Amino acid sequence: MSTAVLDEKRPETTGRAPVINDFSIHVATANGSGSQSSNNILMRSIFQMGIPVSGKNLFPSNIQGLPTWFTIRASKEGFIARRRDVGVLICMNPETAHEDVKTVAPGAAVIYEESLKLDTLRQDVVFYPVPFQKLVLELVHDGKLRRLAINMIYVGVAAWLLGVDMAEVEKAVAKQFKSKATAVEINMKAIRGGLEWAEKNLTKRDPFRLERMNKTAGKIIIEGNAASAIGCMMAGVQFLAWYPITPSSSLAEALIDYAGKYRVDPETGKSTFSVVQAEDELAALGMVLGAGWAGARAMTTTSGPGISLMSEFTGLGYYAEVPAVIVDVQRVGPSTGLPTRTMQGDIMSTYNLSHGDARHILLIPGSVEECYTMAMDSFDLAERFQTPVFLMTDLDLGMNNWMADPFPFRDRPLDRGKVLKTKEELDAHVAKFREFARYRDVDGDGIPWRTLPGFIDNPAATYFTRGSGHNERAQYTERPDDYKNNMDRLARKLETAKKFVPRPVVSKAEGAKVGIIAYGSSDFAVEEARVILGRKGLPTGYLRLRALPFTPETAAFVAAHDRVYVIDQNRDGQMYDLLRLELGADALKLRSIRHYDGFPLDAETVLEGIEAGEKR
Amino acid sequence: MSSNPETKTPPSNRVGLTVKEYGGSKSTLCVGCGHDVITRQITQALYEMSIPPHKVAKLSGIGCSSKTTAYFADRGHGFNAVHGRMPAVATGAMMVNPSLVAVGVSGDGDTASIGAGQFVHLLRRNVPMVYIVENNGVYGLTKGQFSATADAGSRLKTGAVNDLPAIDLCAMAIELGCGYVARSFSGDMKQLVALLKGALAHRGTALVDVISPCVTFNNHDSSTKSYKWAKDHEIPIHEIGFIPYYEEIAVEYDPGTTQDVALHDGSHIRLRKLREDYDPTNKGQALALCQEAQEKTEFLTGLIYVEPRKKDFLELSGAGAAPIVEMADAKLRPPKSALDEIMAALK
Repeated sequence: MSTAVLDEKRPETTGRAPVINDFSIHVATANGSGSQSSNNILMRSIFQMGIPVSGKNLFPSNIQGLPTWFTIRASKEGFIARRRDVGVLICMNPETAHEDVKTVAPGAAVIYEESLKLDTLRQDVVFYPVPFQKLVLELVHDGKLRRLAINMIYVGVAAWLLGVDMAEVEKAVAKQFKSKATAVEINMKAIRGGLEWAEKNLTKRDPFRLERMNKTAGKIIIEGNAASAIGCMMAGVQFLAWYPITPSSSLAEALIDYAGKYRVDPETGKSTFSVVQAEDELAALGMVLGAGWAGARAMTTTSGPGISLMSEFTGLGYYAEVPAVIVDVQRVGPSTGLPTRTMQGDIMSTYNLSHGDARHILLIPGSVEECYTMAMDSFDLAERFQTPVFLMTDLDLGMNNWMADPFPFRDRPLDRGKVLKTKEELDAHVAKFREFARYRDVDGDGIPWRTLPGFIDNPAATYFTRGSGHNERAQYTERPDDYKNNMDRLARKLETAKKFVPRPVVSKAEGAKVGIIAYGSSDFAVEEARVILGRKGLPTGYLRLRALPFTPETAAFVAAHDRVYVIDQNRDGQMYDLLRLELGADALKLRSIRHYDGFPLDAETVLEGIEAGEKR
Repeated sequence: MSSNPETKTPPSNRVGLTVKEYGGSKSTLCVGCGHDVITRQITQALYEMSIPPHKVAKLSGIGCSSKTTAYFADRGHGFNAVHGRMPAVATGAMMVNPSLVAVGVSGDGDTASIGAGQFVHLLRRNVPMVYIVENNGVYGLTKGQFSATADAGSRLKTGAVNDLPAIDLCAMAIELGCGYVARSFSGDMKQLVALLKGALAHRGTALVDVISPCVTFNNHDSSTKSYKWAKDHEIPIHEIGFIPYYEEIAVEYDPGTTQDVALHDGSHIRLRKLREDYDPTNKGQALALCQEAQEKTEFLTGLIYVEPRKKDFLELSGAGAAPIVEMADAKLRPPKSALDEIMAALK
């Protein structure tokens, strides 16, 4: 079937300007009904038409039955943040249909199961009743497949209504089912059936249309968790210990999958990567510290509740100076909280995680590309600074679909830090510094040298690792001067880290008095809001934080602006508070915008926050 | 740490070291502490087994017992972790470098209470390590509270009575599939050193639960973990002899009175039966023995259960022979073609 024919038959929208490649499609289904494949196919088809897209899954903490929504945003300008208003609604879930219809913007198109009789609910939207239940009986003969195939029918209806190229749909179906002939055939039949039914029975009355562009050529679509996993694998991670927790589990699972394929020693056929599913998060980090102490690149993946459990071992890692990488895919807390919703909830607690004095290195990726690059950076930093390093992503970044350029290959050497691995290295060190003392700052950067258990057969190489008070030679002590010296050196080490962590990304605007500071997954909404503000005549400067501790650029940025809005996806303004502690007198310039309803940040929230602030 | 003057072993072992070279720093425990006796036997066992000391990884949690890893083998690395969490640290280290010889020292609080969860999973995984519990029924460093291995009815110095039943770590270990489960007494040095050598020769987790009286908080007459009580009540289930892998087996034995157990590294344990028909390779018998001992408040010592052929965690995980930690960076980093392939699939 050719789309050209369809285009001729599809009547032009009456009375309203067409909205082309700039709207959201919202699909409401029940969890576990198999709609994920249909939604992916729809999103991929649009992507393959060259139109920038993003896909967000708003799902409950449930395996089957509770309502779930998938949003596909098409944006000719390339905006991929969540969009608040819904252009096209596909109602497949009777439980939520009434509520779903009430939430769409005036003028929206609503595709729904005919028997739900939704068309009396509103006068200001365009309704398209479709007999999905009847159609699936005709199109799919195997009763067991009908529950899944019914979702393919809406792909066909939407393809007709919006003008999705069927050739792209076919490609997307082949990709989704990895060219399994039977699956491709059954699903294509359902999609075509939906399209043909729509062609015969519907008249287009809404303004939403998709037209081919060329803005996605060469791009990939990936979830942040998979991106982080690829980064970890490429960084040569040797050990993963993890405990399943939403929304981080898919990161560990992606890493295990990729490593199973790409981390096998060709000579022995054995893996160069070891993994343990731990009994809890306490054990997971304990294992990581054991492996890091033994000299391996070791990591764990978790979310807020796991971070809480890792507090004690994090303190040990900090004081005993053991490298570890902890990926925190943040979600809404506390406790079980809203485990399937997104939040930048652990910034403050993780920065100081432990008992006693502790400050950690946090890397905060703002895109899937940075999930990949910063995963690699985090291992280099953990080994360079011999300390736990946290990669702070979130559910929005981690579990949603993002468009990106293919990731660049990194071939510079790994930074394995200050390790004496051989007898020769030890001898040279002793010749230069008289002896090996595990916690002595011989280089003036706060970072001591370390040896690894079992590597050098020489009493001069060994030391005793402990979290409790120790002197430069790693001997137990409770002497005030020894303790204080060690604490001061650890502070010096963090000072050195400021020269190594990813710098903020600063975007200046000519004559801007207003600045914005944001981090992580807020970036997409902030960039979109800045474009809109610019069009409205309010240029803004923008600094995107990419790490803690803060580096000097941040204070300079605040100094250069009159008012600076800090965007947090949490109720308490956690980064806003950390900045206030950092900035001294300039803290008075800061204003806080806080988004914390569990949904990903949208540009409107940023826009409204800044406009309200500027009217003050 | 001083060498044991009674020992008849030669002045240097197969790797050319004296027993002194397996020593550590000076103990800071109370004078007469059972733990110091155990430290000497660990030192002796490492020496006699000719373990290269730089390969020894000493692991511990928190408590009096956990301090003792500083008192032996200071030519090896030590890691004093957090309370009850030594098993996790040991697991991580051994997964990436199984060429290490992991010796864990824990206590009854560290193992049976705060660390019970990790202990259970260490055993379930069969991580290759020797796990020694220095068991005295009380928390020493916090001044004498009951631990979960204190027998029901035993009393503190203050007169407080323990109402709860003891957790039997050996029974727990057998139930969870541990392949080397021994109980000993810090006052029975000959038996202890033989059991420790056997533990070092075993592949997988080897548990040695040693009753080690606390002279300060739990050595009074109403305690069932005092020197006097232990000396008066200890019933060895067999006499144990250890024949290291490098010695030829010269002496024949009578299978009627003696049982021979071949360990993983080629060493042998010879058990001269003191308890008729007890077979420590029989899991059912071993569990029944533990249950009977607990019911009768008997203090039975020896190699309670042994199954030397169990696969350890690395084997179960399909790990290769080469320690991951020794692999060159180039081996750990996939080539550009791998990344290109992944990216192409995402387009």
